[in-house]
Amino acid sequence: MTSAVEVRGLRKAYGKVEAVKGVDFEVAPGEVFGFLGPNGAGKTTTISMLCTLTTPTGGTATVAGYDVVANRDEVRRNIGLVFQDPTLDGYLTAEQNLRFHAELYGVPRNLVDARLRQVLEMVALWDRKDSKVLTFSGGMKRRLEIARGLLHSPRVLFLDEPTVGLDPQTRAAIWGYINKLRRTEDITIFMTTHYMDEAEYCDRIAIIDHGELVVIDSPEALKASVGRDRVQLQTADDQGAIEALRERFGLEAAIREGQVTFGVAGGEEFVPRLFAELGVPIRSVSVSRPSLDDVFMEYTGTTIRDAESEGGANQWMRAMVRR
Amino acid sequence: MTATEVVSVTLPKGGAAHDLRVIRIVLHRELLRFFNDRARLLSSLVQPVLWLFVMGTGLGSLVQGAIPGLDYRTFIFPGMISMTVIMTGMFSAASIVWDREFGFLREMLVAPVSRGAIVLGKVLGGAVVATAQGVIILALAGLVGIPYAPGLLLTLLGEMFLAAFTITAFGTLLAARMKSMQSFFGVMQMAIMPMVFLSGAMFPLANLPSWLHVLTTVNPLTYAVDPMRSAVFSHLDVAPQVDAMLNPGVVWFGWRLPVGLELGLVTMLALGLLWVAIAQFRRTD
Repeated sequence: MTSAVEVRGLRKAYGKVEAVKGVDFEVAPGEVFGFLGPNGAGKTTTISMLCTLTTPTGGTATVAGYDVVANRDEVRRNIGLVFQDPTLDGYLTAEQNLRFHAELYGVPRNLVDARLRQVLEMVALWDRKDSKVLTFSGGMKRRLEIARGLLHSPRVLFLDEPTVGLDPQTRAAIWGYINKLRRTEDITIFMTTHYMDEAEYCDRIAIIDHGELVVIDSPEALKASVGRDRVQLQTADDQGAIEALRERFGLEAAIREGQVTFGVAGGEEFVPRLFAELGVPIRSVSVSRPSLDDVFMEYTGTTIRDAESEGGANQWMRAMVRR
Repeated sequence: MTATEVVSVTLPKGGAAHDLRVIRIVLHRELLRFFNDRARLLSSLVQPVLWLFVMGTGLGSLVQGAIPGLDYRTFIFPGMISMTVIMTGMFSAASIVWDREFGFLREMLVAPVSRGAIVLGKVLGGAVVATAQGVIILALAGLVGIPYAPGLLLTLLGEMFLAAFTITAFGTLLAARMKSMQSFFGVMQMAIMPMVFLSGAMFPLANLPSWLHVLTTVNPLTYAVDPMRSAVFSHLDVAPQVDAMLNPGVVWFGWRLPVGLELGLVTMLALGLLWVAIAQFRRTD
């Protein structure tokens, strides 16, 4: 079977700023594929090109077997879209919004009622179908958008930051629907996120930074590739501890989230040596298996949170270029 | 969920049937939006009623001696119908800018449908809504001494729809590039006010200074208002010299244009505007 998404040397430049600098990847049918990166890394630009909303300045991409430039309407017929920003009509009811979508996409009339009920039940909004959308909470709106994106049985569902701005409970609920979706529908899910904990749900993750693909693999393989555990210390003298780690153990440590943080293979066995040889009083120690945060740090040299604050200028620049 | 069979949808290829469905649903949404919004319904009625009965009565008493045997309000009635239709049509077009600000336009533009179908649905929706508003004003005809003759009402209905369609197409064309409601309303005021003033809606086009006469004949709205006035006057019993003064028609170098030609010009303009509006939406991405 052909790939759900196939991308070759895809690039996009806004004037002189290259938002996406030639990326290659494939997504297999049925996969949940995550695009991970800080804001301004090129995630949204890439997804826009795959959804035929932005024309690439180089390279090729096919979605559901159709070229995004040459077969734009075929691509659109085969994808569902959930954007970061809401695209619902608040003055219409939930059902009216979905019916509008069904007509727009030409869903066969005899299937509309059954399919409408199915997608609304899936996101637990069937009993609210007659309420106007402007009375909905942010989470309900996002669920309705997901239902709408599924209404025409797309082969590939694109979710651009589906959980951004939602509270933890709603985020968990949305992930519940996405997991249910992959069991009930024959669908490939392509999503972007900058929440590390959510990327864990994906079958495979692509890390993108500064418009380039850094690495693609399953979350487990990526974590295993780091090979080092994360150790975090609270000490009486953090600077002293960092120096001691460098001199006595040859380890590069840094202050992350207010703690002295470093990576070392076999972290648990290392703790006794640390107490014996560090020479700086230690208040607490924690050792953790590598998380996707560590993966991100390993491959990009920065944590995603630090990359976000640095990426602010980049985003601003993109906004200016778009005008 | 596990018990229910998954309903899987296969989308048929596009084509004319799909385009028709799109036109219908976009139009349907315009109507839903309009009839759900009572404040808008009311406010777009108040203005022409004010014009007709407050301004019309006030100015009417001033010009009473000048027009023998005719109420000024009867004279401005067709003008007020066109004003209502124009305002409502423009507001409908403004909803495109609104849709853009609130994201819904994106939902429409990413669908696998022709932009032409979306724009045509929108313009038809605006035209139907504006015509419905005009019908409410039309119902007041008896109060200003205009007979409820079926032929007259039907003629006015058709002419209202044509004017509404034209103005909504024009508004849609403006809205294609506008990013905010403020700028749309700014441009709309700038375009609409002079067009209404120069259309003969408020004063007769006879015996004007030549510069003003030229401006009124290049104003496309003039050709939409004049057929309505001619229709109304053909059902009134007025002296020939009053008719000549108040219903002079549009004159090109001494030749009075027949109503059919005026309507033809407006129709051509409407189609032209629609075509440009569609082209504008094809270009935006």
